[in-house]
Amino acid sequence: MESKNSPDEPVTERSPFDSNRRDFLKQSTFLTAIALTPAPIISAAEHGLDEKIAELYEKIPVSLEVNGVKHQLSVEPRVTLLDLLREQLDLTGTKKGCDHGQCGACTVHVDGCRVNSCLTLGVMVNGKKITTIEGLAKGGQLHPMQDAFIKHDGFQCGYCTPGQIMSAVACIREGHANSETEIREYMSGNICRCGAYPNIVDAIMEVKNGGQQV
Amino acid sequence: MKQFQFVRPATQQSVLEVINKPGTKIIAGGTNLVDLMKRGVTAPDKLVDINHLPLKGIAATKTGLHIGALALNSTVSEDKTVIAKQPLLSMALKAGASPQLRNMATVGGNMMQRTRCTYFYDTTMPCNKREPGSGCGAMEGYNRMHAIFGASDKCIAVHPSDMCVALAALDAIVIVAGKKGERRIPFTEFHRLPGDHPESDNHLATDELIIGVEIPDNNFAKNSYYLKVRDRQSYAFALVSVAAALEIENGTIKNARLAMGGVAHKPWRLNDAEKALIGKPANEESFKQAAAIAMQGAKAYEYNSFKLKLAPATITEALKHASGLV
Repeated sequence: MESKNSPDEPVTERSPFDSNRRDFLKQSTFLTAIALTPAPIISAAEHGLDEKIAELYEKIPVSLEVNGVKHQLSVEPRVTLLDLLREQLDLTGTKKGCDHGQCGACTVHVDGCRVNSCLTLGVMVNGKKITTIEGLAKGGQLHPMQDAFIKHDGFQCGYCTPGQIMSAVACIREGHANSETEIREYMSGNICRCGAYPNIVDAIMEVKNGGQQV
Repeated sequence: MKQFQFVRPATQQSVLEVINKPGTKIIAGGTNLVDLMKRGVTAPDKLVDINHLPLKGIAATKTGLHIGALALNSTVSEDKTVIAKQPLLSMALKAGASPQLRNMATVGGNMMQRTRCTYFYDTTMPCNKREPGSGCGAMEGYNRMHAIFGASDKCIAVHPSDMCVALAALDAIVIVAGKKGERRIPFTEFHRLPGDHPESDNHLATDELIIGVEIPDNNFAKNSYYLKVRDRQSYAFALVSVAAALEIENGTIKNARLAMGGVAHKPWRLNDAEKALIGKPANEESFKQAAAIAMQGAKAYEYNSFKLKLAPATITEALKHASGLV
């Protein structure tokens, strides 16, 4: 995608917070903001609310849309999108495989792009639209890729399947499903230890050749 | 993962104000950093998110191609201008990681990724890069993936990037910003050899931010090839990779650029082999001679001596592809 942004162009959108360093330090972080308003904290401490103070220091507000539903959350910076989906939103369709970006079981779409949710911090998807495996079926009707995986037996144990399907949909949308070889290359970020690869490729080929809207 | 503070300063200038504090790290795509934090290899107190900075652009300039530090690996690899002007870069990017990771990883972050040496990742093992002075687990250990060029008695790790191999071959320039302004670093001088300080991967100062890279225009687009040899067909780090770019006129090599990945602590530019190719016919014999020159000074360890054969074969094969012989 081409962009007119030149990397070294001066910042034109100046935030009201960046007029000088002191203002920046005051306002750029939630934490410093709290540090500079000690009164309620002192008061809270006096009332034995240490836990709540700790929470205030640790969590950051995040708003995001998951499968069309808007959420306002309070998230620790170290929580990954994967854990946020599974543990805070109870969307356990997205799987934790290796948890290190090596298997693809955690693949979701962020603003339409497939990513590894295990390496994405929850605080970094503020304002974004997430689609998980739970968001593919519409009105009780399975997504064509889900149908094709069932038809072609594109899985055995099924653990990698949500990631495979999210990746497969993206693979077609990106225009990288034009041959078996290309599909294999562009599905290489999703490992299937049962070895269902030939059937996964068949499923993707069928959806691609069927020309359905994915 | 250890608790940390997460901040998003509004502007590049305000980013520069905060990054020089000890325990502070910049996060862009996070594909390497978050992994390292989960494993306890690195444990910053503060992460500075820079993803909102306007550093995503890709633009042809009068003299070359400018790519912003926050341009995604996937975006750059599919960009029409990049493919037309610098196909070698697109090929190298597509050879790296997986589609999901390329959708997250940025150009600047790719340059800053740490080695994939297993002893660096395993916090129960000694590693001079992770913990200076603790020793090197790889030297006497399972060093199949390790360096054959430029290693030291402190570290034999290799740089894992594919993109960087192409940028080293293409004479790219790294543009970095500091509080006092910008400076330009030749790509081949950006990363460093381990020497006595393997903990330091490159020459970026702690108060500096990579803002982009520039690739000068060249005549290599027609005859470029990136060949990556790995343990599986896709989604694996290189055993050896070669970026080859040739300018051929009437069957004679007029100009050449060569760099190797998977063999050294930095992308390994093959200056002598390039010189040897100039004026030679573009055939297999010339390529084999250049490959032999490239291998001078190579030193293997117990488990990576196969690279002494694999590397020259990969150079020859990459040059054959680049020249259109295969």
